[in-house]
Amino acid sequence: MKFVENQPSDATLDLVCRACPLHLLEPGEKLKCLKKGQVLEVLTDYDGALEDIPRWCKRCGQEFIGVAEDDDCYKLYIRKVK
Amino acid sequence: MKRVYMDHAAATPVRKQVIEAMLPYFDEDFGNPSAVYDIGSKIREVIEEQRGSVARLIGAESDEIIFTSSGAEANNLAIKGVALAWQKKGKHIIVSAIEHHSVINSARFLERMDFEVTFLPVDKHGLVDPERLSSAITPETILVSIMHANNEIGTIEPISELSAICRERGVIFHTDAVATVGNIPVDVNELDVDLLSISGASLGAPKGIGALYFRDNLRLMPLIHGGIQERGRRGGTENVPGIVGLGKASELAEKELPDKVSRVQELRDLLIAGVHERIEQIRYTGHPEKRLPGHASFCIAAIEGEALLFMLNQEGIYANTGSACASKALKISPVLVAIGIPPDLAQGSIVFTMSSSNNLEEIEYVLEKLPLAVDKLRSLSPVWRRKRAS
Repeated sequence: MKFVENQPSDATLDLVCRACPLHLLEPGEKLKCLKKGQVLEVLTDYDGALEDIPRWCKRCGQEFIGVAEDDDCYKLYIRKVK
Repeated sequence: MKRVYMDHAAATPVRKQVIEAMLPYFDEDFGNPSAVYDIGSKIREVIEEQRGSVARLIGAESDEIIFTSSGAEANNLAIKGVALAWQKKGKHIIVSAIEHHSVINSARFLERMDFEVTFLPVDKHGLVDPERLSSAITPETILVSIMHANNEIGTIEPISELSAICRERGVIFHTDAVATVGNIPVDVNELDVDLLSISGASLGAPKGIGALYFRDNLRLMPLIHGGIQERGRRGGTENVPGIVGLGKASELAEKELPDKVSRVQELRDLLIAGVHERIEQIRYTGHPEKRLPGHASFCIAAIEGEALLFMLNQEGIYANTGSACASKALKISPVLVAIGIPPDLAQGSIVFTMSSSNNLEEIEYVLEKLPLAVDKLRSLSPVWRRKRAS
């Protein structure tokens, strides 16, 4: 798992309090609104997302940048590649 | 026997157009909206259309609407959902003393979970004082919930003034709009609220469906954990016929609201004037002007509201003594206590809530039968005899 600091993003998707499998459904929808090269920040308090989202990025051909920890959630960064 | 229904705050009849819109979703289009085959996707599209209709009625975006089972569930989701999601920021919430039980009891539940709750008093008309709200907010306050209008006394609260205070102080603001949506224009942007509750039963939709407006992806802890329904905010297979009913009722309400407001207000004013002319020692409750257009509420001295309800029932007139939920408990209404009505007078509470299905002839009928029922009850009342003697 790659940890990042002060990663800039173009949009945020707040999935805190929302359970599995929303973390695998909502990022795809949100990425549709972004341009290639832009970065999506996903906020989640679900531990499983730390494994699921990098794997989902690989499967969907998007770039997983890394993760940062906040007070009450994880922040996962995805760059839209296609 | 004639039937005059004037308890629309408790439940409204489901409109014929609403029933017709719902019917296909019991048999032909019965599928589960989460199913991947075309029956499921078709129903998912229908749900999204209805979400749009509900959103339009209150000036919201369709992705800001969560369908619930009732206005009470919407209130629970707003209060507990915000409190549990934001408790790291603070554990203080503020509600008014005249909120519906679903707000008051959600707040009391949170007290058991170590939240601090302030029950904000109201004035003699039931209005919340903005300055008093401002003073009650602390750095720990995360949520304020003040109802848009009270179902027992009809008073409409100055929501935009109250929400502006909360916006400035970074506090989330919820309003229970069960009594107002479909009865007066409601716009979430004008009110500037973060959350707003709606009930189908008050809107010409069936019981068992409601909705919560939540602004801009506001973080909420779900009450019902389940699958992907309502984008993870409320689990459980959707009540598709109910959702279609709420959507259709919202569509009709949007079209009919301007005419309805003036029509029911005229009926209400005739009823109020007539009651004052015909019955002595009566107190009109709630605000004289800032009130729901179809709402007339009184406390009649030296009678029991419950007894009056039964006598009116025998004449085919259906009214209420307060909220439908509280009246069965035969307890003095906390709302009437909060506005300072003495307990003996509060016993004589009677509430008429009208809709566009009511007419002038019905008002005249109530004005004929109500004074007779009051006279009969007072003739049996030692309290009334003492009052007359003094």
